[in-house]
Amino acid sequence: MSCTTFFSGDTFIHRLDPRPKILVTLAFSLVVALSTNSGVLCAGLAAGIALSAMARIPSAALRKRLLRVNIFTAVLFIMVPATFPGKTAFTVISVQFSMEGILWSVSVTLKANAIVLVFAALVGTTDPFTLGHAFHHLRVPGKLTQLFLFTLRYLDVLHHEYVTLMRAMKARSFKPSMRLHTYRSFAWLTGMLLVRSLERSERILEAMKCRGFRGEFHVVRHFRFSTADAVFSAASFIVLAALLSCALTGAGRLW
Amino acid sequence: MHISDGVAPIPIAVAGALAALPGIAAGLKVLKEEQIPAAALMSAVLFLSTLVIRLPVGPSSVHPLLGGLAGLLLGWVSMPVFLISLFLQALLFQFGGITTLGINTFVMGMPAVMAYYLFNGRMNKARGSGRAFYWGAAAGMSAYLVSFFFWAGSLILCGKQLAAIAAIAFIPNLFVAAIEGIFTGFICSFLVRVYPAIFRMPVSDREGDGR
Repeated sequence: MSCTTFFSGDTFIHRLDPRPKILVTLAFSLVVALSTNSGVLCAGLAAGIALSAMARIPSAALRKRLLRVNIFTAVLFIMVPATFPGKTAFTVISVQFSMEGILWSVSVTLKANAIVLVFAALVGTTDPFTLGHAFHHLRVPGKLTQLFLFTLRYLDVLHHEYVTLMRAMKARSFKPSMRLHTYRSFAWLTGMLLVRSLERSERILEAMKCRGFRGEFHVVRHFRFSTADAVFSAASFIVLAALLSCALTGAGRLW
Repeated sequence: MHISDGVAPIPIAVAGALAALPGIAAGLKVLKEEQIPAAALMSAVLFLSTLVIRLPVGPSSVHPLLGGLAGLLLGWVSMPVFLISLFLQALLFQFGGITTLGINTFVMGMPAVMAYYLFNGRMNKARGSGRAFYWGAAAGMSAYLVSFFFWAGSLILCGKQLAAIAAIAFIPNLFVAAIEGIFTGFICSFLVRVYPAIFRMPVSDREGDGR
């Protein structure tokens, strides 16, 4: 696992300023989550598909993410229509599946997939360190941004330590099974990682103090809001406004 | 234990975010600047462990949540820490979601804070790894169960039709809570023997806050 796995590439979506990308994703998710209008949800899904196609997100990675989301919605499809009160759509072995329950599950599935696609296409195409930088510009509290950047920075380092320790355990023929011994071994592994991480953090702090760290990361390279960004922001604003007005008025309802 | 995108209607999502916000602010307030590396590295370990460690259960396996452990180690700081790890999970693996970030932070973070108030002091006084095991197990298990109830509660708030899912999940989660407790207990008994000062960080927060 590499924790800097984002969807690298060089499409125009990758080159956009991350600040509007974050804001558009947030606004889009809220509008879609707000809406109960089937037309809006389908349009949202279409927007998600279009954006992830434009960002050329590798289909294998996308399939894996969508699968994860839809395992959950599959559970909804089994459980909810059977318990949702309403007109009976069909009956399987005396369990009545209601039409309202099916429609509700459909709308949740549409929402979840639309948000996942847009999130992957816009936020997922920004590397996490740039995201931290963008948070700084979006006035996220400094300590939160620093916590985020430090966590991210050391994830790979600590994962490497985990792999080393795990290899040492396997070399001593450790095989996980449902026994207390396994739980204890994994617990000691986690504990060891915690101790090492704390010791490492002390060294980091000293190194930073040596270099005159005053609790602030200085941003050297600033983002540039270009014409492409302005076009993207304006287009998203128009689409979002249209979706929101349909969501509020109920226009374009499909069912 | 996540609420996924799409399930939560806007009022619930907003209410969840508003509920989580004071906790996150409190966590950031008590976090001193020179503690940021320590907090970040510990949260990286917690994040990693919940992803890579799979405790075998019969033919299957469960991931630990480590809410109780986070509370014992980080106190209120576990609120911003969970916010970050949930954001990373949504970003990198598509667990949870962006609109439900607030609810999920509340569901995971508040039980951790509870575990901190109930068990951090006892853990700091614990002499011997046996005691540490029991307090750690209690912290892990109670935080897990409270998280489950918050999760089930918010699921039902999201729609009464989801109550059946929450009800079905109850029995298996009791079992997982026990495993989580044992796991957290072992971690704590290890830490009390090897590096007892590790549990002092949230306490020094509080002392620093009073000054």
